[in-house]
Amino acid sequence: MNEMNEVRKPPVATTGIIGWLRINLFFNWTNSLITLFVVYCLYQFIPWILDWTIFSADFKYNYLGEQITNQEMCSRNLDPENGGACWAVIYVRFYQFIYGFYPKVEVWRVNLAYIMLAFALLPLLYAKLPYRKYFLYFTYIFPVIAYFLLNGGLGFTEVSTNKWGGLLVTLVLGCTGIALAFPIGIMLALGRRSKLPVISMMCTLFIEFIRGVPLITLLFFGMVMLPLFLPEGIDMDGLVRVLVAVTLFQSAYMAEVIRGGLQAIPPGQYEAAKSLGMSYWRMNLLIILPQAIRISIPPIVNTSIGLFKDTTLVIIVGILDLLGIGRGTLADTNWLGLSYEIYFFVSLVFFIFTFGMSRYSLYLEKKLKTGINMGAD
Amino acid sequence: MRSNLGFFSDEKFRSIFFQTLVVGLFALGLFFVITTTSYNLEKRNIATGWSFLQNPAGFDISFSPFLEFKSTDTHLKVYFVGVLNTLLVSVTGCIAATILGFILGIVRLSSNWLLSRLVYIYVEFSRNVPLLLQIILWYSILIQLPRVKQSLQVLDVFYISNRGLYSPRPIFESGFSYVSIAIVLALISSFLINRWAKKRQDKTGQQFPVFSSSIGLIFIVPLVLFFILGSPLSFEHPELKGFNFKGGLVIRPEFIAMFLALSIYTAAFISEIVRAGIMSVSKGQREASAAIGLKQTWIMRLIIIPQALRVIVPPLTSQYLNLTKNSSLGIAVGYADLVHGFGGISLNQTGQAIECMAIVMATYLSISLTISFFMNIYNRSIQFKEK
Repeated sequence: MNEMNEVRKPPVATTGIIGWLRINLFFNWTNSLITLFVVYCLYQFIPWILDWTIFSADFKYNYLGEQITNQEMCSRNLDPENGGACWAVIYVRFYQFIYGFYPKVEVWRVNLAYIMLAFALLPLLYAKLPYRKYFLYFTYIFPVIAYFLLNGGLGFTEVSTNKWGGLLVTLVLGCTGIALAFPIGIMLALGRRSKLPVISMMCTLFIEFIRGVPLITLLFFGMVMLPLFLPEGIDMDGLVRVLVAVTLFQSAYMAEVIRGGLQAIPPGQYEAAKSLGMSYWRMNLLIILPQAIRISIPPIVNTSIGLFKDTTLVIIVGILDLLGIGRGTLADTNWLGLSYEIYFFVSLVFFIFTFGMSRYSLYLEKKLKTGINMGAD
Repeated sequence: MRSNLGFFSDEKFRSIFFQTLVVGLFALGLFFVITTTSYNLEKRNIATGWSFLQNPAGFDISFSPFLEFKSTDTHLKVYFVGVLNTLLVSVTGCIAATILGFILGIVRLSSNWLLSRLVYIYVEFSRNVPLLLQIILWYSILIQLPRVKQSLQVLDVFYISNRGLYSPRPIFESGFSYVSIAIVLALISSFLINRWAKKRQDKTGQQFPVFSSSIGLIFIVPLVLFFILGSPLSFEHPELKGFNFKGGLVIRPEFIAMFLALSIYTAAFISEIVRAGIMSVSKGQREASAAIGLKQTWIMRLIIIPQALRVIVPPLTSQYLNLTKNSSLGIAVGYADLVHGFGGISLNQTGQAIECMAIVMATYLSISLTISFFMNIYNRSIQFKEK
């Protein structure tokens, strides 16, 4: 009886690991050949890279057991047969990579700002956070706290911005640029879609001008031309000048992204708001923008990733961000010739941030796709 | 019903009022900036006007493949050298990025899991690491190549060293112009043949061997002419003299680093665009073309790619624009493009920041607008044509 009812299983070759291998790696003979070739290349490459980065690498001590303080003590410079990467340079210069030349006594302020930044970002990134409202209040006042904390004032000793560097500058530029560009971008997007021809034309010209020139020319503009535009006595800080350029740049791109969101709002929403007697600003603030911004969050995150990467350009005008500290370290005779280690480390830090952001934007896209109905139908 | 604000609630009045206000504020700001700037310029003894363009530059440019540049040449010539260098790296970068991006985008969709994962890893790494870092990294790899004396030799004629890639320089003798004219004529006629063949196929269904006839026209005709004229082409080989090579064609490491970094970085973005474009073509199209017996490669060429292009071209345009703007990063490795040569060295020498930056920005704007213009034409030509 049992034999009659027994369900016959599918052939072994189509299910499980073997089936997966057959379909995805050995589907036909060209496919199999490609797979074998790739496997061979990986077999050659992976042990070599693992050996270089980990197994033969120096982290703090060289192979003689001495603590490394300059490049001559790296194992690979003592004995070319015997060493891989020399990560000791990162270990020794770690403080500079993270804080720049911030005084060591005051460094707790930077650490506190880093921790507070995480708390300030939490309610923005995670919508289901318990007590999100109170966290958001903190987010709004965080820039003010951070300013006094990092720069000084209110009882803190002043630390001038030319002592800032490394990850600190990268994060300050990235976060401030994005945060300031957001409201400006909204105003520009509304302005470009405005029915008033003069305002629309001015916003369009501004956006298209900024988008048509490279960021580096705007940085030069901030560095070389801005001081000429200001009256005597007003001396702008170098970091502030760069921030002006970065913010202008980012706000034009932000405006275009938000304009895309605005265009996706069906006209019925405008008409409904107007029929309730709402003014232009009430309509936009309460009805249109909340919906438009919600659908443009993924592209906003994407342009923010772009900006975060573009902050490295400030090294060209002499500001030492993470990459700038890396290059500075390379120029030091103690650490000459360790370019691969340093660039690898800097890339890794950037990769962690930007990859994290892009994963987050993907997650949002998936969430928005399932949870939204614009009423277009 | 009018509200108690009276004429202020009149839409027409309000519109004029606000716009006048904005224009007024803008003019006021402009006036303020202009007066302070002219005061500042006078105080710092900075000259104004465009006459500095005619002054001798006083510095050398190491990489100027199109124009001969001496340090006695003018700043205006620095500008032209810069524009040409910017265009050179942008155009070559766009071409390489497009080819690489298309290949990677298609490979990413390959049924081979390992291959598509590899491309995925490449895309994520190259998209998420700042371009400037990649440029600097490539440059640091290139200048760690062996010195000139120990330079690597490829095929006996190319020399690779930390000073760049040296290759033979072609010398065109009299008579070669006929060959180049023949090539141009062959290109035009094969283009015309292609159009004619398409029209004929639309009408009669008969095919014409366009590909082989074009190959014949473009390669064989000029080649035959070349030998009839007695090979009017010779090569000047680079020779090691003292510490450097003399003669030959040299491609500097700054250019190679820029080219590699720009094309590899942009190719990652293009491959994602291509992938999205191909995936946007519905599965039914592929099944239908398989049902009428088209080969895999033909399905791709005739059915999938033409439809995918409609989705691909608009974002591709913005990638070209990005690449062109990103070529301004050459300043980090000393590539003498527009920003480094004219906006950097000339600016520092003359001190005329406003004029130099205005020229640089205007040039980038016009390059961007030109690219958008041509890509829009191309985009219109591949969109659905309503019949």
